[in-house]
Amino acid sequence: MSAPILWILLPILIGSFTLLLLRERTVAVIGGGTSLVLAGIALIVPIDEALRIGPLSLKIASSASILGRSFLLPPADAPLLVIIFGMCALWFFGAEAAGVALRLIPLGLIITALLVASIAVQPFLYAALLIELAVMAAVPLLSPSDQKPGRGVIRFLIYQTLAMPFLLFAGWLLAGVEASPGDLTLTIQSTSMLGLGFAFLLAIFPLYTWIPQLLEESSPYVVGFLLWLLPTIASIFGMSFLDRYAWLRTSPEVLAGLRGIGLLMLLSGGLWAAFQRKLERLMAYTAIAETGFILLALSLTTAGSLDLFFLLIIPRGLGLAVWALALSILKKENASLEFSSAQGLARAYPLASAALVFAVLSTAGFPLLAGFPPRLALWQGLAGASFGAAILFLIGLLGLLVGAVRMMAVLVMQKEETRWSLKENWIQRGMLGIGITGLFLLGIFPQIMRPFLENLPLMFQHLGR
Amino acid sequence: MFAVILAWIAVLLLLATSAGLILNRDWRWDLGLLAAQYLGTFILVAQHWPIGMAAVKLVTGWMATAAIGMTLNALTPREEVPGQFWPRGRVFRLFMIGMIVVLTIAATPHVESAIPGIGLPVVAGGILLIGNGLLHLGTRSEITRVIYSLLTILAGFEIIYAGVESSILVAALLAVVNLGLGLIGAYLINAELSPEEEAA
Repeated sequence: MSAPILWILLPILIGSFTLLLLRERTVAVIGGGTSLVLAGIALIVPIDEALRIGPLSLKIASSASILGRSFLLPPADAPLLVIIFGMCALWFFGAEAAGVALRLIPLGLIITALLVASIAVQPFLYAALLIELAVMAAVPLLSPSDQKPGRGVIRFLIYQTLAMPFLLFAGWLLAGVEASPGDLTLTIQSTSMLGLGFAFLLAIFPLYTWIPQLLEESSPYVVGFLLWLLPTIASIFGMSFLDRYAWLRTSPEVLAGLRGIGLLMLLSGGLWAAFQRKLERLMAYTAIAETGFILLALSLTTAGSLDLFFLLIIPRGLGLAVWALALSILKKENASLEFSSAQGLARAYPLASAALVFAVLSTAGFPLLAGFPPRLALWQGLAGASFGAAILFLIGLLGLLVGAVRMMAVLVMQKEETRWSLKENWIQRGMLGIGITGLFLLGIFPQIMRPFLENLPLMFQHLGR
Repeated sequence: MFAVILAWIAVLLLLATSAGLILNRDWRWDLGLLAAQYLGTFILVAQHWPIGMAAVKLVTGWMATAAIGMTLNALTPREEVPGQFWPRGRVFRLFMIGMIVVLTIAATPHVESAIPGIGLPVVAGGILLIGNGLLHLGTRSEITRVIYSLLTILAGFEIIYAGVESSILVAALLAVVNLGLGLIGAYLINAELSPEEEAA
């Protein structure tokens, strides 16, 4: 047994099998259970080491060769596999509550496997192709066959597809820069190519117009899943470039560019969030701001910047899951989620409304919630690098906070004398309850993430050491 | 010598097909042009890759074209109405294609010097397809057109990339991407046109 077979091929096979199933609960249990087991194996069974269980000896080899190239998942990648599949389990179990298990889980497992393959493929540059395959698998997820495809899904396909050629060319040019470091023209060309590729891939300002459109057109839960997984893996792919090329990670211009773009994403996301009048669009701009946090973490040159990046992953995944689930529940019962139509929804859906508010407050870095510790650390790091950047960071957070307060006001606004009720079903209550508890637990006891995060920087040969 | 002449003929073929895709509005002709475009792509890719590997591009390209064609054939697509915000005349589109040709002529020697040994026709064919694909993508928003233009851009990229990368895994993954794009196109076209069919 090899790690790529276990964490890449197996989810693809199980995902393909679940395409044949028709019951939401069965699919949710199989998808969630598979992800949980895969996370458990990554946590317990060491890669490349023999594990003795009684008379049996079990060893998971780290690599597998396909078409002359190797797919490598070394022991250092195990914590990331735990996080990815652990979070997938949460998303897949929640898919039944959101009513999208039949759509999300089969393709979600395949997408996750392809994205894990993008981390494993050697040379890492080929990840661009595997990410593109994952993007194409996401299209039927975002646009069901009985629904006319909207502009958002078309733009998503276009932008993500355009990223691939830029990244592959950039990789080729970067090898040239490595061979002749003094060639300024080549350096500029390769950096521009790389920047354009990641601008498309990570939906950097102004190429993020598809996110709000997609959230209005498709199920928020499905879009939320992709907004969590795709940028996370794309960022790790980006870090591979920084890790591989010394001149990139030491270039002050590249780091300043990352900081500038990160701030632009946070500010534009935060300010747009403050003025939104639709719950879906508010989530979209929150997700955009989250990408800004990732870029800001990568821009810091301090020793702990990599830890900071990984510290953002779990709260981001949990926050988006809670957001997306609550929004899906509200959207199922209400055709429009404009502020004018969402007034007083908290009286009928108190748990979903509370989940929405806590999730956006967590993104805004509100104390006691999951987003607070990483944002505080990020702010501290940023203040050390540039005082102006720290101020702009606060303005962005303020925008998100204003958005949260406006949303809370709308949700609890009393339209007429309506009685409080609890319209969420038991599964929805359970999943929302777990999500909200998680947001508080990670906010109050952030050290519980430490066992998963402390060895993650070792994934990178140069950045992590 | 014959290979060079053949490569330049392929460039002319690519110019004709990519321009035809922009100018034409009949879906049957579009599919024929797309299929011919993959023939030109195959000839240029074969300048650097073994025939067997280059043939993968031809076969997967034709498979993608067939997938789109079968869907369009089954659904009888309605007449295309381009967006009102953009000049629609053929003369305008011809002018834009002319601009792309001029750009290609200007850029080819520079790119060729940056990638030594790749060959002028390969660079010219690649840039031409990327340029015309982007032009097509920028001027039309129908799903069929978006898929044609993405396939054209990818074909252009693959022609140039074949000159610098010859990994079998990359060839396989690019083939899957092309085929996937064709299938996604077929799926989206089906989703877009089906409700109207039912209503009719």
